[in-house]
Amino acid sequence: MLTPSTDGGLLLFMINILDYGAGNLTSVRLAFERLGTTPRILTEASQYQGGRILFPGVGSAASGMAGVKARGFDRLLQDAIKASTPVLGICLGMQLLLSSSEEDGHTEGLNLIPGVCKRFDRAKEPTAKIPHMGWNTLQLNHHPLFDGLQQNDAVYFVHSYFVMPNNAEHTLATTQYCGETFTSAIGYRNLCAMQFHPERSGAVGARLLENFLHWNP
Amino acid sequence: MLLKRLIVCLDVRNGRVTKGVRFKGNVDVGDPVEMAKAYCENGVDELVFYDITASAENRPCDLAMVARAAQALSIPFTVGGGIRGVDDMRAALLAGADKVSLNSLAVLHPEILTEGAKAFGRQCVVLGMDAKRVEVSETIPSGYEVVVRGGRQPMGRDAVKWAKEAVERGAGEICLNAIDTDGVREGYELNLTQLVSETVDVPVIASGGAGTPQHLIDVLTTGKADAALVASMVHTMGYTCAGIKAALREANIPVR
Repeated sequence: MLTPSTDGGLLLFMINILDYGAGNLTSVRLAFERLGTTPRILTEASQYQGGRILFPGVGSAASGMAGVKARGFDRLLQDAIKASTPVLGICLGMQLLLSSSEEDGHTEGLNLIPGVCKRFDRAKEPTAKIPHMGWNTLQLNHHPLFDGLQQNDAVYFVHSYFVMPNNAEHTLATTQYCGETFTSAIGYRNLCAMQFHPERSGAVGARLLENFLHWNP
Repeated sequence: MLLKRLIVCLDVRNGRVTKGVRFKGNVDVGDPVEMAKAYCENGVDELVFYDITASAENRPCDLAMVARAAQALSIPFTVGGGIRGVDDMRAALLAGADKVSLNSLAVLHPEILTEGAKAFGRQCVVLGMDAKRVEVSETIPSGYEVVVRGGRQPMGRDAVKWAKEAVERGAGEICLNAIDTDGVREGYELNLTQLVSETVDVPVIASGGAGTPQHLIDVLTTGKADAALVASMVHTMGYTCAGIKAALREANIPVR
């Protein structure tokens, strides 16, 4: 159940990081601490008491999805999106928002954004290395989270799969790699997600996270 | 477009950055985290902290320093030195490192690459490889041999074959250090870097030999490296990360 933030003020800016066993949350937590806010780490959906939700994660889709369900985060995310709570997905947290992923055979996603997750295909660019690792540039659509950013600002990526939303309007930013122009940020209304790691993307990433703290969709 | 990376390596000895200078031993250069922050502000893309005394002292890399670095830095960083197994890798990653570099341990116990990749994902597993030019032979067809202990101990294995095997086992990136050019400042080992980069399908970081921005340009084009690592150029020779980046940009190499 969502608890509406009736006290306004501080609770609105509280960041809840979902820990579902998919990788290390240290760098995400520290990135928010550098912005002057101390996030809460949730290991169960029942611990949620309101505030913004950060849905991070690295690792494989199947084990990530199992962790999300085991901790009740699938319901928490569905409810949060209906309740207009700002939600930010990062990396695997973005990929799990889609309908399904080709990773681990076929993995059902949360289906909060219609579309699929596919692996980069080296046949399209044989010299491309996989994972896509390093700094790459963003071609941005207009979105409040991108305030202060410029076209072709660089951010840090580490991934082998990328998302393909059914609805082109859900794409908020694109990036080129391995013969693809892929969706590197996605969202609608109070939901936004990024394939790259803002917590590892220097000043540009810090600005994105700061924008998320102040985002009132 | 994926950009080429400039990486600064900080060799840490007893909590301080040092640089080996010929005939003088190791010279103190500064506090690793303070230096890292300054490089970060000056535009470096990634950092490597190498605890060079950890192995000899049979201890893991300095976790307090890793935690301090993680607090201060908003860009990715790798730690290496003293990693004895998956537990040490986990400790370094939980302290906030993005990747762990495995060098001698991976040569002696290659299963660590697979265990590390399984436990944390291959993107966390960097193979640090030292290679030395030797006569071409049946066992060393590339003419580059894997060495450990700072180049003092040859392993009788072909460097290019080892790179391929390490990637098959789980390495997600290779930091390739050429012993012959390391510290000489006359340029990277272009031939070796190109051979390895064209053999493996993971990113290759060239290391050993940078003395001028042109050396980085050469290794990122002719050498086909994905990233170039520097140390003394920025620690003691007066070059800045911003200046090196400007030179790369001028040479039409895409950088941040």
